Amino acid sequence: MKKELGKKPIEEASLPDEIVIPLSQNLGSPCKPLVEIKQRVLVGQKIGDSDGFVSAPVHSSVSGEVVAIEPRLSFSGDKVLSVIIAPDGNQETSSFSGFSESEAKDADKVRVAIREAGIVGLGGAAFPSHVKLSPPKDKPITDVIVNGCECEPYIAGDHRNILENAEIIIDGLKIIMRVLGAERGYIAIETNKIDAIHHMNNLVSSEGNMRVVPLSVKYPQGAEKQLIQVILDKEVPSGGIPCEVSALVHNVGTTIAISKAVREGKPLFERVLSVAGPGIKESKNLKVKIGTPVNHLIEECGGFKGEPGKVILGGPMTGFALFDLSVPIVKGTSGVVVFPREMTIASNPRACIRCGRCVQVCPVRIMPNFIGQYIEVGMIDRAEDADVMDCIECGLCGYVCPAQRPLIQLIRHAKAKIIADRKKGGS
Amino acid sequence: MNSELIVSAPPHIKSHETIGKLMGWTFLALLPVVLLDIYLFGGHAIRTISLSMIAAVLTEAAILMYRRMPVTVIDGSAALTGLILALTLPPKVPYWIPLVGGFLAITFGKQLFGGLGYNIFNPALVGRAMLFVSWPEILSNSWFAPLKELDAITSATPLMALREISAGNLIADISVVYKPLLFLNRGGCLGEISALLLILGGIILVSRKVIDWRIPVSFIGTVIFLSFFARTNILITLLGGGLLLGAFFLATDPVTSPVTRKGRVVYGIGCGLATMLIRLYSGYVEGVMFAILFMNSFVSLIDRYTLPKKYGLVKAK
Ligand code: SF4
Ligand code: SF4
Repeated sequence: MKKELGKKPIEEASLPDEIVIPLSQNLGSPCKPLVEIKQRVLVGQKIGDSDGFVSAPVHSSVSGEVVAIEPRLSFSGDKVLSVIIAPDGNQETSSFSGFSESEAKDADKVRVAIREAGIVGLGGAAFPSHVKLSPPKDKPITDVIVNGCECEPYIAGDHRNILENAEIIIDGLKIIMRVLGAERGYIAIETNKIDAIHHMNNLVSSEGNMRVVPLSVKYPQGAEKQLIQVILDKEVPSGGIPCEVSALVHNVGTTIAISKAVREGKPLFERVLSVAGPGIKESKNLKVKIGTPVNHLIEECGGFKGEPGKVILGGPMTGFALFDLSVPIVKGTSGVVVFPREMTIASNPRACIRCGRCVQVCPVRIMPNFIGQYIEVGMIDRAEDADVMDCIECGLCGYVCPAQRPLIQLIRHAKAKIIADRKKGGS
Repeated sequence: MNSELIVSAPPHIKSHETIGKLMGWTFLALLPVVLLDIYLFGGHAIRTISLSMIAAVLTEAAILMYRRMPVTVIDGSAALTGLILALTLPPKVPYWIPLVGGFLAITFGKQLFGGLGYNIFNPALVGRAMLFVSWPEILSNSWFAPLKELDAITSATPLMALREISAGNLIADISVVYKPLLFLNRGGCLGEISALLLILGGIILVSRKVIDWRIPVSFIGTVIFLSFFARTNILITLLGGGLLLGAFFLATDPVTSPVTRKGRVVYGIGCGLATMLIRLYSGYVEGVMFAILFMNSFVSLIDRYTLPKKYGLVKAK
């Protein structure tokens, strides 16, 4: 199924009647609105920004009129202040221009451009890219990895991006390497995307300091720390970030966005994603305007096949199940996956039978079984001692558990509690 | 429409493994042994096996009801305990032995600890051990000739024969000992009837990943290794005394064995070591049973000392 979707070219999704752009789409400080109700906005116009360093501005994805600025439901289930725009259909573009070749060599200017373009990690974490590109002085980055491993089932947007936009990816990687003064660039692609590997290999062969790394298909290979481990044979210290091993990972989509921001001055207002799953009539790879409601995309794909049971924003291993389909696509949305009702059997959790499956699959090699049991009885501190904070929330432990234990739920609960406690302790 | 969507935490897809399926594979792996038992011992086998399973299931249901918990006997775990217990019994035991055994196994081996997942000792073995301690003569004197006579062979159990052999004539008559051990072994418990079928069952479980190969391999490997040094007859040691049943079906019970890979090897070696020590230095033919129970008590300790090395062990400052 995934293979077939990888063969489908990216299509441009139609404009919805209403665009909802949340002012907080990424980790870090939320944006303040820069527009007013009734104001006319253009494609690519900045409509929200924040002073915080760990933040990225948001832009309008359409030309039209701001009809409201109000809290709207976001994918996480919370209400988030959002700018609501009625598109006029003309898609009139605000003027933006790229850098000349000499300007593109100025690292600081490039960083500013990337920030101004509102670029965040498109793989899902939505971490502001310019922050990643500003490592501490004493920790220079030598290795840059472009992550083309789409390990979540059903999703194929990155695969299509590699096939259709390989030159732009290479250019983006060059820009990143130059900004950081990095020595080596890697493009990691899983071996089930042979066409993508060949295509990329042909283009990269002339670049001396870049190479394509074919990787076996093994979830969660695409997770940042796991990629660094297999490609560079280094482990990021527990609780640390990749720059501590002189590495940086950017997703394929992010790399494209970086190139476009620098060469064309184009802000991040659209992205490629897959609408897929056994519960949708026709799976598609779509280029979608940020702020498009999920139900518009479902119509775009012919509607549901059978009675819908679950609609997931992101991939089926780690994504969010939605209860309301008016939720908009944000920068970090890599897919919309639909399962029909008959495939969503209610799970029936039992006590751990100590089969060890979760222990064997955990990529960070913690003990999900014990951690789950500690959290269940409220022993959050024991869970913390057992390194629950190192969990990358890949979802594998819950996937394999024959006792259907809600391990991720428990782990997220504990993590939230520990973070809250640490904050309290810190202030 | 929207109100009917299901919201739950990820992952939104699941492997198809469930507790019930794991139990189902184990039943399937034991089925050939059970069928052969019925063929050889007829009504006696049916009676012992079914009574043990019924007693286990009813006890489980009654206790769960009393504890006001969901009655989950459908998962098959109690029935499996009953079946495995029956397989550790001689074919011709009085009808009340499997009944009492099933009750003891579930009550003292499982529910007293809190039910599935919380017990420390293998429930079937707890039942078996309690029966053995209470009525030793019944449990060791109920050997019963199969309905279908195949060879006229000695009525002593192979392990008893082993003691005689190692005392004097090391060369055992193949047709007297090996053949019945490998194919049909009438002197022994229901589950020891055929080494071949047990190995077949073990292969099913390992290939379906129901059990981790590390436990039977390290268990049996240790026994082979030690019997080499103890100069006992390796084949007889291996094929008799419930070693295969124990290594494939009892020591591998997930609840009562370690969760880490390394831990499982340590545990298997421990089981093998304990088995040989008991066999060599005490008269008990039941070495395997006590060895596994003994090692069960070390499982959480083993887990604690065999935790996998975490990703990024060096903590960030
Ligand atoms: S989600 Fe589970 S398997 Fe994945 S890292 Fe966390 S504990 Fe390990
Ligand atoms: S997979 Fe589930 S049942 Fe098995 S050890 Fe982990 S938590 Fe326990």
